[in-house]
Amino acid sequence: MSSCTCSKDGGCSGIEEINLIKLFPEKTSELDRYIETLNITSDIEQNRGYLIQVLHRAQGIFSYLPEDVQLHVANKLSLHLSEVYGVISFYSYFTDKPVGKYKINVCTGTACFVKGAGRILDELKRYLSIEEGETTADGKFSLGGLRCVGACSLAPVVMVNDKVYGNVTTDMVPQIINDCSE
Amino acid sequence: MFNLKINNIDVTVEEGSTILNAAEKIGIKIPTLCHMSLDCFDVENRTGSCRICVVEVANRPNLAPACCTPVVEGMEVKTNSIRAINARRTMLDLLLSDHPKECLTCAKNGNCSLQDLAAEMDLHHVMYEGAMSKYEIDLASEAIVRDLNKCIMCRRCETACNTMQTVGILTGANRGFEAVVSPASGKSLTETKCVFCGQCVSACPVGALSEMNYKYDVWRAINDESKTVVVQTAPAVRVAIGEELGLEAGEIATGKMVTALRMLGFDKVFDTDFAADLTIMEETHELIERVKANENLPILTSCCPGWVKFFEHQFPELIYMPSTAKSPQQMFGAITKSYYAEKIGKKPEDIVVVSVMPCLAKKYEASRPEFAPNGVRDVDIAISTRELGDMIKEAGIQFSKLDDSEYDNPLGESTGAAVIFGASGGVLEAALRTAADWLTNEDLKDIDFEAVRGLEGSKEATVNVAGLDLKVAVVSGLGNARKLLERIKNGESEYHAIEIMACPGGCLNGGGQPYIHEDTSILEKRKEAIYREDSGKEIRKSHENPYIKQLYSEFLTEPGSPLAHKLLHTKYEARENV
Repeated sequence: MSSCTCSKDGGCSGIEEINLIKLFPEKTSELDRYIETLNITSDIEQNRGYLIQVLHRAQGIFSYLPEDVQLHVANKLSLHLSEVYGVISFYSYFTDKPVGKYKINVCTGTACFVKGAGRILDELKRYLSIEEGETTADGKFSLGGLRCVGACSLAPVVMVNDKVYGNVTTDMVPQIINDCSE
Repeated sequence: MFNLKINNIDVTVEEGSTILNAAEKIGIKIPTLCHMSLDCFDVENRTGSCRICVVEVANRPNLAPACCTPVVEGMEVKTNSIRAINARRTMLDLLLSDHPKECLTCAKNGNCSLQDLAAEMDLHHVMYEGAMSKYEIDLASEAIVRDLNKCIMCRRCETACNTMQTVGILTGANRGFEAVVSPASGKSLTETKCVFCGQCVSACPVGALSEMNYKYDVWRAINDESKTVVVQTAPAVRVAIGEELGLEAGEIATGKMVTALRMLGFDKVFDTDFAADLTIMEETHELIERVKANENLPILTSCCPGWVKFFEHQFPELIYMPSTAKSPQQMFGAITKSYYAEKIGKKPEDIVVVSVMPCLAKKYEASRPEFAPNGVRDVDIAISTRELGDMIKEAGIQFSKLDDSEYDNPLGESTGAAVIFGASGGVLEAALRTAADWLTNEDLKDIDFEAVRGLEGSKEATVNVAGLDLKVAVVSGLGNARKLLERIKNGESEYHAIEIMACPGGCLNGGGQPYIHEDTSILEKRKEAIYREDSGKEIRKSHENPYIKQLYSEFLTEPGSPLAHKLLHTKYEARENV
């Protein structure tokens, strides 16, 4: 299943036409219920302190943060859209693009980098025919790099959603992809 | 108080002062780039991001950025140790490694702090070459050009947009080499709630933000034999244009400017001040009607296009409050292309209206579709004070040697009430002068409403007019406007009339005025010049302008008439808050 349900699924060129807030009222109210548990006031400085945790929850609910979700969060916290976007674009964890069901992330921290993470990433790109930061047309796989995951003894490390593969070689790539089929 | 030594000189400063403040006190200039301080508006950009101001502090391992390092008792600072000098040069080299070396063709050539630094620091060659940013230049708006290739990430524009104006469209986005200041999702300004006040352009120390330039369009129009080209000059231009052309700040250059405009080749030199008087006629009429009916109060002024766009985006629920009167610029255009066109027997499309404005939002305002009846714009081209200065220089006119001359009539006659439109508080004071006379049916002599004057962001007064206690407020700077509007929304204020200007201090500090480079004493001088011009005028009340009287008797009949509504009033549109 793709997280993107609009008619342009997979062939989406921009984020403006999608409105997740309207499309998924139950998800929106889940987010709103979470925001209500926080002490949101007219004090913008204080609200700003909640921004990252709200975005974290929002991405957990919607799987990514297109502009309408950013604007919804901005309005709830009395912040400007630009400020929300600034935070999302700064942290590699957040994404404003739809991501695949399987998020494949190659650790490119120092240890993994030295042990050949670059070769693993290249092989995944070749195998899936996508670049880093992209999602396959069927919405199944996204490919990305991330910084140290704290499993340096297993370097190089690849994570697929929450599953960790250690001591990865390029030969293991087909098996890793095959595992993503349940 | 703290005692410290800078370059072995003793200095005592208040707690909370920075090394930069202390050095200034004893006449030592530490070079800065990202630091910006507009003291009279209590605005400071203290991000410490450029590191140009690093100095050596005894017993401290790292160099300290002077602009954001607070002093402590007994501190010993060396501003010109070889370590500090080398570090500053390296910082400059690194900044220049990703900066286009296009000074000759840059809009900020001669007004760029980076260029000045390179000269001051005796830079002879550029040390590093490497990857260069490649961003598309944002040319989509009528008012502001963004060239992010020149951005040095000082964040001064963010302070202007987000902290001072609270428009809130700019953010630091992305990270590392891709880091850039931009609106959300990298949009163009036209797709955002940008109000085009241009305070970011004034704040930008380099050429990353500049104005859309229409000088060549003006040259072409002037040289087109088939067109009648008329020019209007806004109130605040006459007290600032001289700064671009060798006069002292605060010198009134009205007469020289009129002479120069004739020399440039304009067919008629008219004055926006005439239209400011007209605005007062319509707006005061509306004010009195609304106060008498006790409806839709407070009435908010609507002369400032930055402010208009601000409430359209951010306070759409208050859209019924601002006066429906058009701004003086647009009233001038509408009257020129109807009344004046008829008088001289020309078609509106054969007349080109050029306006010289202290403002960048006026470029946007002139392009709003509702101001182009039948597709013919009321104001064809809007240029800034700076652009007019450039044109006068390009034409080789020796401005300081010019004799004074007078505006043409009928659209060049104006009163003291009109000229004060250029300072915060002026529009309201002008309206009060007329309202007082109209309500009392007298010719009142005591017409100086001092309480609403001055550069302060927020002023208020209760004025007794014909037995009526009018509660009025004046705010300038959109951050101050926001605070007042929030109070109005919560029902916490009971004003009758409020003047709001987008730029702090009013139009004299507009985004199109000569750059002040943080010297806010220049604003004070411009303000004094405006009130000098007012008190020197024979006629100081808008409704006594003889050509305004003539315009009503020959054409408009009376303030608020159907024709006046058609030509001189407008409506507003709720816009998206993105």
